[in-house]
Amino acid sequence: MWKNIPLLPESASTIAGEYDLLWWFLVGLTVVFTALIFVGVLVLISVYRKTKDSPPATQIEGSILLELVWTGIPLVIVIGIFAWGTALYMRHSKVPENPVEMYITGKQWMWKGQHPNGTREINNLHVPVGRPIRLTMTSEDVIHSYYIPAMRVKRDVVPGRYSQMWFEPTKVGEYHIFCAEYCGTKHSQMIGRITVMEQDEYERWLSGSTGEAPEVAGKNLFESMRCASCHPIEDGQTMIGGAPARGPSMVGLFGREEELKGGAKVLVDDTYIRESILNPMAKIVAGYEPVMPTYAGQLGEEQIIQLALYIKSLKKKDGN
Amino acid sequence: MSADHSHAMPAGVLPPASHHFEDLAQQEESEKLGMWAFLVTEVMFFGALFTAYTVYRNLYPEAFMLASSNLDWKLGGLNTLVLIVSSLTMALAIRGAQTANRKVMLGNLVLTMVFGAAFLVVKYFEYSHKYHVNLMPGPTFDVAHFGEHGPQARIFFSIYFAMTGLHAFHMIVGLILMAWIYKRAAAGHYTPQRYVGIENAGLYWHFVDLVWIFLFPMLYLLGAHTSGLGAGTGGH
Amino acid sequence: MATTHAVAPAANGEKEAKSFWSDGYGWKSWLLTVDHKRIAILYLISVVAFFIIGATFAGLMRLELATPKGDVVDSETYNKLFTMHGVVMIFFFLVPSIPAILGNFLVPLMIGARDLAFPKINLLSWYIYIVGGVLTLLAAVTGGIDTGWTFYTPYSSTYANGQVALAAIAVFITGFSSILTGLNFLVTIHKMRAPGLTWFRLPLFIWAQYATSLIMILGTPVIATTVFLVALERVFRIGIFDPALGGDPVLFQHLFWFYSHPAVYIMILPGMGVISDVIACFSRKRVFGYSFVAFSSMAIAVLGFMVWGHHMYTSGQSAYASLVFSILTMLVAVPSAVKVFNWMATLYKGEIHLTTPMLYALGFIGLFTIGGLTGLFLGIMSIDLHVHDTYFVVAHFHYVMVGGMVMAFLAGIHFWWPKMFGRMYPEWWGRFAAINIFVGFNLTFLPQFVLGFMGMPRRYHYYPEEFAQLNLLSSAGAALMGAGYLIVFVYMLWSVKFGLKVGANPWKATGLEWKIQSPPTTHNFESIPVVDEEAYDYGRGQAKHGKEASVVR
Repeated sequence: MWKNIPLLPESASTIAGEYDLLWWFLVGLTVVFTALIFVGVLVLISVYRKTKDSPPATQIEGSILLELVWTGIPLVIVIGIFAWGTALYMRHSKVPENPVEMYITGKQWMWKGQHPNGTREINNLHVPVGRPIRLTMTSEDVIHSYYIPAMRVKRDVVPGRYSQMWFEPTKVGEYHIFCAEYCGTKHSQMIGRITVMEQDEYERWLSGSTGEAPEVAGKNLFESMRCASCHPIEDGQTMIGGAPARGPSMVGLFGREEELKGGAKVLVDDTYIRESILNPMAKIVAGYEPVMPTYAGQLGEEQIIQLALYIKSLKKKDGN
Repeated sequence: MSADHSHAMPAGVLPPASHHFEDLAQQEESEKLGMWAFLVTEVMFFGALFTAYTVYRNLYPEAFMLASSNLDWKLGGLNTLVLIVSSLTMALAIRGAQTANRKVMLGNLVLTMVFGAAFLVVKYFEYSHKYHVNLMPGPTFDVAHFGEHGPQARIFFSIYFAMTGLHAFHMIVGLILMAWIYKRAAAGHYTPQRYVGIENAGLYWHFVDLVWIFLFPMLYLLGAHTSGLGAGTGGH
Repeated sequence: MATTHAVAPAANGEKEAKSFWSDGYGWKSWLLTVDHKRIAILYLISVVAFFIIGATFAGLMRLELATPKGDVVDSETYNKLFTMHGVVMIFFFLVPSIPAILGNFLVPLMIGARDLAFPKINLLSWYIYIVGGVLTLLAAVTGGIDTGWTFYTPYSSTYANGQVALAAIAVFITGFSSILTGLNFLVTIHKMRAPGLTWFRLPLFIWAQYATSLIMILGTPVIATTVFLVALERVFRIGIFDPALGGDPVLFQHLFWFYSHPAVYIMILPGMGVISDVIACFSRKRVFGYSFVAFSSMAIAVLGFMVWGHHMYTSGQSAYASLVFSILTMLVAVPSAVKVFNWMATLYKGEIHLTTPMLYALGFIGLFTIGGLTGLFLGIMSIDLHVHDTYFVVAHFHYVMVGGMVMAFLAGIHFWWPKMFGRMYPEWWGRFAAINIFVGFNLTFLPQFVLGFMGMPRRYHYYPEEFAQLNLLSSAGAALMGAGYLIVFVYMLWSVKFGLKVGANPWKATGLEWKIQSPPTTHNFESIPVVDEEAYDYGRGQAKHGKEASVVR
């Protein structure tokens, strides 16, 4: 029974190697210092233990030099590991080019995933090996946290906002997904499996599904919610009767910098689009009136993601 | 914060220090330091609410302005005036203790209490008005009243009631404190040599005023230049 | 040591000496007392009662976690168990334990005062503690709470089961107890030191209490307001933290950790003070680098206020904010390391007595070192992303809180027990239990570091099979540790009645508290002593204390 006790987590992502290097350095540091303290204490108490003929204690006031040394050395060490850890963090927070975009919605007590082609799964996530995967995540109720130990990544999933994380799997296999932020009764059962597959196998797996592509679902939503009555979806489009559009055009919107009333600028991303749908008054684009109603309560988180993906797909014709 | 056990000391006679103090000077210094330290914790109490206010004000500037315009800045201004005057009478009462002028001391204590009570009466009318027009956060809160800004306006009112409620609670405690100080002052406990009790009560009173001086512009004046509902909203 | 004008040496004779114990026997003489020593005893009884309650919850949790399946209690009950364990241990044991028991008893004695500055407020703070505690227990028996001790919104304010509002109010109320204690200590230490007792002649225990008081005064009001808002939100749906109502749940985390991280130092700093006193006494030496140890307490208190964001690296706060919190967190490690090195240097060329308090103090040094170093892992952003909210965190803070703080508490209780009760605990049993607890503790929490690195999240009722063996090991360790505590509890109770009677200074220690009889009289000092000596002046003490009957040989 005591054989095969696993002591290490799988390492299955591009950052796991660098992570583990720093980790083991810290473990080494801890072991060395702890050993130093334990051995030091044991030696001191055995040498200076009071016996029948041991000398009385020698009173020592202190030593500025020693104080400086043992203030300085820890200071240098902690600054050093801070620099190492921070450099790693900064490097790992940069998402590589062309990630596979996936969307995660947390809810008591399950993880709902959505693939680029609309395939959905619950508590499972199938991903291709060797490609960076970016997860855009939100929650429908309380705070959760998406945690894949084998990839060394974790990010809180907060209701009312998007959070993102990425990883690049390097090893085919099945790994744990945990919810790491306590979220209620069945918190410990809000777990799942991530399945890392070879690229072609992943394609096969995807094509076996019948989901509607999310941007197609988004297009349908865009029409059924009558968004197009204010927001043009083609270049130069005007509204009925030739009037100028009441809202900003959606063409080439995603990723652009919009100028707001008052002169501030904002980058159009998932978060901005979500906010504009749920709380249109928060940021008014320069040149437009604040007339858009809120869709809070009418659209679910997954539908908002589909709308954002649809808007993302509306690129300028000339390819810019 | 005074901790002496003396009973009905005749006017002009110094009460002895409490048993655990070496002398009166040590006792007075301790009581003063204790009061200041207490005020520091008070600052931190309100500090959490000020932080929440700052965060949401920055997140939802328009909603806050809109919601603020539903407060009556004239009543708020009146209350500001009332409190400033009460701080003056409080200071005069301490001056009365320092100069052994019993009439000035007692008279100004009464005035301070009157102004403090007046503040609470105005506050009562404000609160009950908010209650009747469904601006009290809770199940009856009229979210639709603010159109798009409904939920954010509710946050404003939550913070408004939390901050002014905590402040009003401090006013009530202050009034009780004043009544007690008055009783002791009338019994002759405060003399030019020993007036740390009334002085500490004064510190507390000034602190509570000072909090209001911050609350008034933050809550009432923020939206006072817009004339009530309607301005600045795009409608539904 | 001080030249006291009139020291009443305790008689070793048969006659019961008059002490604060004999100053009235009725219920009233205890429940209406303003004597800091009696209030300390009231705290001792109530804090230990809460420790037993909290430990019982922990025991049930470890029983449940012995196997991967939830086969002892259901998930909701398990969640309530760890919530109550956290709430009771943190707010009703760790925060008040050393300040309210040892601090209340010792601060006036150590600085040569007759009482704390505000004795009635001191009694009031105990009553507030009891009201808060009773309300918490009421919440526990009338439905419990399952929010975790962290009360994270919107879970706590909207979704959680049970008596969240009641428990939040209870924590709110208890906060005032802590604030009033801090206020009392602060004023007392500033204004009531005996003539000649300058700041740098104070025992380091007093410095630690002073630093702790500052945090209590500055931090506690913030959590009080915050949990009060949670209660309001839960009852009236006011929408400050719930995003469904427009609020910001992360704001709650900022406000919560603004107190709750410094609160860690409320828990550990007084422990460090105890360790300094105990190590000096049983090495028969002045603490090495006294002023560095004193100032490191202040440095920890100040820096401790600026690191709260390291609990939120994964919450989505800006990377630059995280960066600042990260480097400040690293800096806190430095004054902590300085303390450890100075304690070790104090042992050098000392005359070491391995008494029970000393064993606990040495255990503290080792375990606190591990707790502190593993804190570095969590302070580094990239490393924290993996181990945040896993058993690694659980192991880390138990090394600091149990390995550090509880060890220090036991060291202090054993050290000053003869002063409080005038009787000695059984030394052999003391050493046996100390070693027992040390071994049991490591067996419990070392495996949890590994579990955390492997990715086992905390607050999990069910867990995957591969974690089973290490969890079983941890549960076994918990049983051993629990047995150790039980031994201590039994012999301490026994010693109150049957322990060996001791004189004023059984340890031959320095410090004003050892110059007066054990247990002290109600007024501590017949006249206020005048101090003309440095702290821990063991060099001078060696010559003087020949005659007295003593446990230390």
